[in-house]
Amino acid sequence: MSFFGMTWKRNRETEFERKLRANDREYNLSFEYATNGIKTSKYNFFTFLPLNLFEQFQRIANVYFLFLLLLQVIPQISSLSWFTTVVPLVLVLAVTAAKDATDDINRHRSDNRVNNRKVEVLIDGKLCSERWMDVKVGDIIKLESNQFITADLLLLSSSEPLNLVYIETAELDGETNLKVRQALIVTGALGDDISRLAGFNGEVCCEPPNNRLDHFTGTLLFGEHKFSLDNGKVLLRGCTLRNTHWCYGLVLFGGPDTKLMQNCGKNSFKRTSIDRLMNVLVLCIFGVLALMCAVLAVGNYLWEINKGYQFNVFLPREDDSGGASLSAFLTFWSYVIILNTVVPISLYVSVEIIRLGNSFYIDWDRKMYDARSDTPAEARTTTLNEELGQIKYIFSDKTGTLTQNIMTFNKCTINGKTYGDVYDYLGQRQDVTENTEVVDFSFNPLADPKFSFYDHSLVEAVKLGIPEVQGFFRLLALCHTVMAEEKSKDQLAYQAQSPDEGALVTAARNFGFVFRSRTPESITVVEMGEQQRYELLAILDFDNVRKRMSVIVRSPEGKVSLYCKGADSVIFERLHPSCRKLMEVTTEHLNEFAGDGLRTLALAYKDVDEDFYSRWKQRHHKASTTLENREAQLDQLFEEIETDLLLLGATAIEDKLQDGVPQTIEQLAKADIKIWVLTGDKQETAENIGYSCNLLREEMNDVFIVSGNTPEEVKQQLRSAWMTMKPDMAEGMVFLPEKILGKVGSALKDEVVSGEYGLVINGNSLAYALEEAMELEFLWTACMCQAVICCRVTPLQKAQVVELVKKYKKAVTLAIGDGANDVSMIKAAHIGVGISGQEGMQAVSSSDYSFAQFRFLQRLLLVHGRWSYLRMCKFLRYFFYKNFTFTFVHFWFAFFCGFSAQTVYDEWFITLYNLVYTALPVLGLSLFDQDVNDAWSFRHPQLYGPGQLNLYFSKMAFFKCALHSGFSSLVLFFIPYAAMSDSMRQDGKDLGDYQSFAVVTQTCLLFTVCIQLSLEMSYWTAVNTLFIVGSLLLYFGVTFTMYSNGLFRLFPSAFSFIGTARNTLNQSNVWLTILLTSILCVLPVLTYRFLTIQLWPTINDKVMFKARQAKAAPPPPSKRTRIRRGSSRRSGYAFSHAQGYGELVTSRRFLRRPAVSHSSHFTPMKSTSSFIPMGRSAGYSPTDGPHNAKAQGVEGTSLQMYRVIQDQTL
Amino acid sequence: MSKEENTANRPDNTAFTQQRLPAWQPMLSAGIVIPGFVIIGVAFIGIGVALFVTSQNIQVLEKDYTGIERNSSCFKCTNPRVKNCNCTINFSLDKLFEGPVFVYYGLSNYFQNYRKYGVSKDAVQLTGDLAYFTEPSTTCAPYQRDAKDKPIVPCGSIANSMFNDTFKLFQIVNSGNVEVPFDGKGIAWWTDYNIKYRNPTTNPLKNAFNDTVKPIFWPRPAYELDPTNSANNGFINQDFLVWMRRSALPNFRKLYRRITEGEYAKGLPAGDYALVIGYNYPVLAFEGRKKVVFSNVSWMGGKNQFLGIAYLVIGSLCVVMSIVMLIVYAKFKFPDEE
Repeated sequence: MSFFGMTWKRNRETEFERKLRANDREYNLSFEYATNGIKTSKYNFFTFLPLNLFEQFQRIANVYFLFLLLLQVIPQISSLSWFTTVVPLVLVLAVTAAKDATDDINRHRSDNRVNNRKVEVLIDGKLCSERWMDVKVGDIIKLESNQFITADLLLLSSSEPLNLVYIETAELDGETNLKVRQALIVTGALGDDISRLAGFNGEVCCEPPNNRLDHFTGTLLFGEHKFSLDNGKVLLRGCTLRNTHWCYGLVLFGGPDTKLMQNCGKNSFKRTSIDRLMNVLVLCIFGVLALMCAVLAVGNYLWEINKGYQFNVFLPREDDSGGASLSAFLTFWSYVIILNTVVPISLYVSVEIIRLGNSFYIDWDRKMYDARSDTPAEARTTTLNEELGQIKYIFSDKTGTLTQNIMTFNKCTINGKTYGDVYDYLGQRQDVTENTEVVDFSFNPLADPKFSFYDHSLVEAVKLGIPEVQGFFRLLALCHTVMAEEKSKDQLAYQAQSPDEGALVTAARNFGFVFRSRTPESITVVEMGEQQRYELLAILDFDNVRKRMSVIVRSPEGKVSLYCKGADSVIFERLHPSCRKLMEVTTEHLNEFAGDGLRTLALAYKDVDEDFYSRWKQRHHKASTTLENREAQLDQLFEEIETDLLLLGATAIEDKLQDGVPQTIEQLAKADIKIWVLTGDKQETAENIGYSCNLLREEMNDVFIVSGNTPEEVKQQLRSAWMTMKPDMAEGMVFLPEKILGKVGSALKDEVVSGEYGLVINGNSLAYALEEAMELEFLWTACMCQAVICCRVTPLQKAQVVELVKKYKKAVTLAIGDGANDVSMIKAAHIGVGISGQEGMQAVSSSDYSFAQFRFLQRLLLVHGRWSYLRMCKFLRYFFYKNFTFTFVHFWFAFFCGFSAQTVYDEWFITLYNLVYTALPVLGLSLFDQDVNDAWSFRHPQLYGPGQLNLYFSKMAFFKCALHSGFSSLVLFFIPYAAMSDSMRQDGKDLGDYQSFAVVTQTCLLFTVCIQLSLEMSYWTAVNTLFIVGSLLLYFGVTFTMYSNGLFRLFPSAFSFIGTARNTLNQSNVWLTILLTSILCVLPVLTYRFLTIQLWPTINDKVMFKARQAKAAPPPPSKRTRIRRGSSRRSGYAFSHAQGYGELVTSRRFLRRPAVSHSSHFTPMKSTSSFIPMGRSAGYSPTDGPHNAKAQGVEGTSLQMYRVIQDQTL
Repeated sequence: MSKEENTANRPDNTAFTQQRLPAWQPMLSAGIVIPGFVIIGVAFIGIGVALFVTSQNIQVLEKDYTGIERNSSCFKCTNPRVKNCNCTINFSLDKLFEGPVFVYYGLSNYFQNYRKYGVSKDAVQLTGDLAYFTEPSTTCAPYQRDAKDKPIVPCGSIANSMFNDTFKLFQIVNSGNVEVPFDGKGIAWWTDYNIKYRNPTTNPLKNAFNDTVKPIFWPRPAYELDPTNSANNGFINQDFLVWMRRSALPNFRKLYRRITEGEYAKGLPAGDYALVIGYNYPVLAFEGRKKVVFSNVSWMGGKNQFLGIAYLVIGSLCVVMSIVMLIVYAKFKFPDEE
């Protein structure tokens, strides 16, 4: 690592092509490529001070104070001693520097940890353990299973067949399934032969370092031949090696050049709306400051002309050259110094401290801690807290966020009998709780221990050998496209394409029908302990039209059977007439399941006549090889054989919602937060989840479905939607953006719609709806609906939707998600929330807040957000008030001191006012204040409303503050003025000397702002009391000390106020003045507030009153035990994927990790040249067939959009 | 799921971290605000009455002697060319002016609070530090050094512009004029006299001022300020101390003497008086005014009508507002709704 960490940057700029030779350090060194050490820290011991100061002075506030300091050095201008600015500035710089230093120390630590990891490097024909940072480009390194990949490597060889390696890229792109990479055959032949590897002298010529995670081009020159290299042969730093004993790789890019580090771009800097408002206000304040100074400068000019020259007797001008104009000019700057306190530097520091404090509260909150995953909530950004109290739109991912992405086999109906419910002795249905006894599957050594079922009668039925029940589970064990992996004896793992299928096969497994392994021609099942091998004759695959899948198998006895599972409506059409009775009963059960929000599948089978089958098979073969009209022919064939089915029953799968999702959504809806679900799932699933999590409700007037395939269709559907919602608008029949938007540039207003509506739009339509021509109409329509669900959306579309709302709505948005596909919207939204505790860190690492459960969102917003917003607003209002009041007094005094920039207060008081005397009380207010406690916040989600409308701090509120300050400052100046002019002390000495006046005024001021603070405070903790009383005591303590004999003797010129406190504060009329002033300052405020509360009470006032009256905390909002829908609406059936993998399974081209028993004789069936290991899962990588491409298009993510935070990764 | 799982990351359960600190949660309820206003109102009216009555009982006598008016006895002294001018102002008291009586001089339109005027002194020099006698601080400009570059002690505008009119009060009785004895001791703050201003320890004091010059406007050097009392010289001269405590406002009065001795300790009896003024201090240039004030004090200090009236007005307003609030509350009280 270089001293300044800069050298590698210089080289990189000039790199157009990377050339390197394996095992040739000398050659590679000539290019000065970066080594594998990384450096994310900014400073080192020597550069810290200059660099940090340089950075800090890039902030405008610090520059402003530096400028003030410079002004103060000029004696003609200096109206205040230098220390009044230096002390705060140094303090602020020091605090910031300390924070930066700790951050950087942490980065140093993490860098060191990563850089000092060990890896085996091939050096001089031997494997040596080296530190990561010492690995150089061109080195060959050996990695083992579960190790992090050290650098960007070219895969040379691996322990696995076909030179494959499996890697997990979760840290890089958030996808948790394994991916495969395959080495070139020619390098794969090197194996783990050290001597051959050491002799390997291939030369790689490839692209220069870049940040595209999914792209790589290069060539390998080895021997005489040139081989082309692509992404499939490269292992990227940040991934983890899995299921691979060892592999060798050639280092292509090290440290800063790796794609991981190249992706560590700067995170976009988010600011809150309060921040933006504050910037505007600060500009206004500067304007007012300039205005005040100008007024005073003019005043000075006039005073100099009218009075100053006459007063020359006692105050001669040193040089008369400039005259009044020069004096006015200097006065202007002098007043800039004096009145600088309107924008005190401590404002910025305090704001940061408050945000930090409120972030800590989030980190500390036990009610946002998930015990299951041992994850507390985390405020990853400490600068956005108050915005949490202003959220208007929530964009939520579905899978993993609303749902757990866990499908559980919950209930079933077999031959007219339902299983799965638990009944007590009296026959009453009971809810399943933690105490409910779980069915014991110990009779089955292959059972999945994680599977739980509560109805004992089903397992009894299986054990009794009831044929329908056994047939039911046999079907589940046979009819699917799941892959089995046997890691060791009796340790089965299923790789299911959809979690639904996995759940069904797992259920069958536990009930004694264990799917063990499959080959293209056979399925091995352990049925009640006996291994059976079924010949797999055909898979009649699933698609969206068929809504069913079937398998045709030949049992060990030689009987040919067809097993079919699918949507009930589809299956019921194809049943044998003898099943009518059973069908009716089953339908009833299905309705019951649907009412519980379960996803259902009907199961049926039939025995196929051998002759019929062989004929069918021939036709099938013929059909599948024709080129024309193949699909239609196949469909026809499938229809033919899938008839006269015998109904077995139906399954009910629960797509498990995260805990408390419906309640949370209900609460957030009450808080007037609009929730949009953006999901990659298909429409039925999304809609179903919409209902089960209470987003869509039966009592809604209408749920519009927009699923057009052309822009016109989409437009028409949108139009009919808004015409339904706003019939009065429908007359015009034309959507006019100008009419809706009003003036150009203004925000889209919310329309008032009678009734509740929902909108479901799919990805295709959304693409049209997001086009410029239609986006406004779409947004306008969508915003009229209570709930919006966008399904089949791509990550990019998610971000686009968020951007659209941000663009036209003046509203704060929040995006919540858990996966890599949510990163774009998390970054796009004002606030991004990541669901943590699950696999994959991508969403969390780009989020601003993270926690483990969706339901914590309501606490984050309704409690923490609301409080943070409230506190920040109270803080700002109060802070501006106290500083304006402080400063305006100088303005009034100017008219009585010849506009000479004489301060009213003692300089020490000016120095310490913001930093010491008033710092802690206001911090106490903004760290502890709460209008009502969390329980009340939950009970009245409407309390959230004011934040969304920016009610607590706006330009208006600011203006009111300024007015209030104006009044207070007038009182603060003129009451002491009137009380002290021409007045005497009790001992007859005159009272109106400058120092006494200063002490009286500043004491009045401090009392006033303290009382005002007390009025603001609605939550007096002991700490607050301590802070306020302490500050006053501190003021007196400090004042008496500063004005003491001892300090004066030490520094006579700095402490000229000696004795003033003693001599002034022992006067009864001084105290009467202080009392009068401070009471008079707050009386109007009290009156105003009391009358407002009485006449126009806000929701806050009402709830606060209610809470105070109730004293004790209210009970938490009643939990809906179960949201049952009595509707006949059939739930989406349980297939969450678009298209089956049937073709793949039977194509013999799929790859799999062979089961233990088969591993020895596993050989690839076809030449590997056609295999492109690019798929999503190592379990079975599909070929790039047409329908798979479609399926990938839906879920695929373009990875280069994402940033990777390496701290988490490494 | 058992409870004994790894909970290493579970946040602490303290009232502070969980934001459950016990707290008093006051509200602006009618039960607090209206009685509060009544109490404040009544208390303020009480204080106001006391202040007002007290203030009424304090006797103050002001005599402007600037001499602008032609018929004023001091008119002759307004000519800057006249040196050592004396003028006399006669007045009579028709009842006892209760003692102790304090005598003040008052100046108006005089900007002692002008910043550049205010900083024009050397705090260290005034503590008697001899090093600063020869090298006065630059803050004293333009009265740091005289034209011959000799250091001025005490330097600076404030000291230079020290008030130097003198007053003598005579009661006119049958037998002639009886001088009312003035007490000039202890008219400055104790801290000023003992801590803030010190004379150099040099003995005699005069030697400390070697190689320095007196302030330009001063008739005598600092060590000869009070010829009658050698202890009242240098920087701890009472009149000097009073002057150096600069005023906050352009109209001010400063204590000149007290009348505490002899038969006048109880006050000035009714009768005719003559105030003899040594008129030295020029104020006409800046339209200033000079006056002499006789006053006595009470527990609340000198006469000040403002405080009493302000208390009365605000107290009454409080009472009125509390009635208004009561009406509003009775008519609109909300908490029962919703």
